[in-house]
Amino acid sequence: MRRALKIEETIVKIFLWASVILVFACLFAILFDILKQGLPYVTWEFLTAYPEDMGREGGIFPAIVGTIYVVAVSIIVAAPIGILSATYLTEYSRDNAVVRAIRFATDTLAGVPSIIFGLFGLAFFVIFCGLGWSVLSGGLTLAIMVLPTIVRTTEEAIKSVPRAYREGSMALGATKWQTVYKVVLPSAMPGIVTGIVLSIGRSVGETAAVLFTVGGSLFIPHSIFEPANMLSLHLYKLVSEGISFEMGYATASVLIIMILIINITANYLMRRLTAKRLGSGNA
Amino acid sequence: MRRHEWLIEKVLFISAAMAILVIALITVFVVAEGMPLFQNYSLWKFLSGLEWDPNGYVFGIFPMIIGSFYVTLGALILGVPVAVACAVFLAEYAPAWMTRILRPAIELLAGIPSVIFGFWGLVVVVDLIRDHAPGRGLSIVAASIVLAVMILPTVINISEDAIRAVPRSFKEGSLALGATHWQTIRSVILPAARSGILAAIVLGMGRAIGETMAVIMVAGNSPKLALSIWEPVRTLTANVALEMGYAAGDHYRALFATGIVLFIIIMLLNSLIGILPKKAGDER
Repeated sequence: MRRALKIEETIVKIFLWASVILVFACLFAILFDILKQGLPYVTWEFLTAYPEDMGREGGIFPAIVGTIYVVAVSIIVAAPIGILSATYLTEYSRDNAVVRAIRFATDTLAGVPSIIFGLFGLAFFVIFCGLGWSVLSGGLTLAIMVLPTIVRTTEEAIKSVPRAYREGSMALGATKWQTVYKVVLPSAMPGIVTGIVLSIGRSVGETAAVLFTVGGSLFIPHSIFEPANMLSLHLYKLVSEGISFEMGYATASVLIIMILIINITANYLMRRLTAKRLGSGNA
Repeated sequence: MRRHEWLIEKVLFISAAMAILVIALITVFVVAEGMPLFQNYSLWKFLSGLEWDPNGYVFGIFPMIIGSFYVTLGALILGVPVAVACAVFLAEYAPAWMTRILRPAIELLAGIPSVIFGFWGLVVVVDLIRDHAPGRGLSIVAASIVLAVMILPTVINISEDAIRAVPRSFKEGSLALGATHWQTIRSVILPAARSGILAAIVLGMGRAIGETMAVIMVAGNSPKLALSIWEPVRTLTANVALEMGYAAGDHYRALFATGIVLFIIIMLLNSLIGILPKKAGDER
């Protein structure tokens, strides 16, 4: 009996360690394979030149610029709405049917597949609103997609602000909004920024939602009403149409490096946030 | 002053209500673009039809419904055991140094764009399968493997939360009765965390069904009913993404109708999570 148990525990431990190692292996296999084959092609010229011959030659400059534009639009739209929404849900709302409906809507939105956002963006922004294939259509579609992320992370950040801060502010005669604006939101800022950084990461890599909304032009857009290309979209076209795997590897490498930078930033912010909270706990 | 506060509260409320507006708009617009198809084409033929040929005016999405089901099932079979094991490891066994490197690794895995997963799947996984199995590599198996990796972070994180939410007293009670650590995990902690782990699996399922770019690049996208796991398959998501670029008329509507089917499946899964009891101990 004892012996059988011992054997079982050993097997379980081996399985657990094997699973963990497998997860690491997957991650490193992906990063290593793409960076190894892609980085040699990532030159200054590749980053700053226009694509030639449908992307077989040349660079990805318009796609980099397009990515930045579209992501900027999405964050500029989603961040204020998301932060205000989370503020309402945590600081103002009472538990009633409307608030439950808002929560349900936010949760549902988080589970909607990106291709559905793409369909909606096409039917609503591109066609119904008449925005056409443009930076604006793509940006607004992505804004809707990342809204739940911003709402959730902001809610978490606001909830972690100690009650005493609010009571102190109220005791000094501040109104509710003054307290929220001057005390609660600034204290929650690192958490909010982390949420925004994570949303940037999601927007940068998103493909399906922008497939029928940004257009995929080979040029740099001059305004938000013009079509643009994005790195993710460019990579998909290069690979799916069999244009060039070398350029695909290189584009994927650039995308991975951007995601790595975004992730490290989010991690750093998160750690600072935790450190600060522990600090205030000791005081 | 009071008026000012009142106005601010209204602005905040409107921002919060945007989520409801957006969900309503998505539903209305996707349905409005897709539904008119059924004035010309029978709903039953659409859902149960085995053939998809837009040029011949035949829109049967049954193979794609099955296709989405196959790749999702494959992803769960391959991904869930590994993910739950990882969650148990993180919550119960992992030494601090291991947690410190494992957690960022999982976060990074969650942050990798799906188009990168698809590209990696195409150049590595599909190649491997082509060399060692029948078929051209683009297959249900390839899509399942790539999706399994993609759902790992979701299932790991939520399962771990569920395991950690099990009250300490459960564990202490079991240990005090002389059970070993593993016996406690197997007989006390995992059963108590069951509903949370189920929720994690359902969420992972939702991610797998809704995934588009990674699947499109590795699944082969043939709109025929697949007869073996080494054959190519087309999912609902892939059907939309592949053809929307050039579709018009009833073809365009049929693609939106495909989106409606996908949307309904996702909504059903979401409501399934709502039914599951929230935390360990709630069932008491």
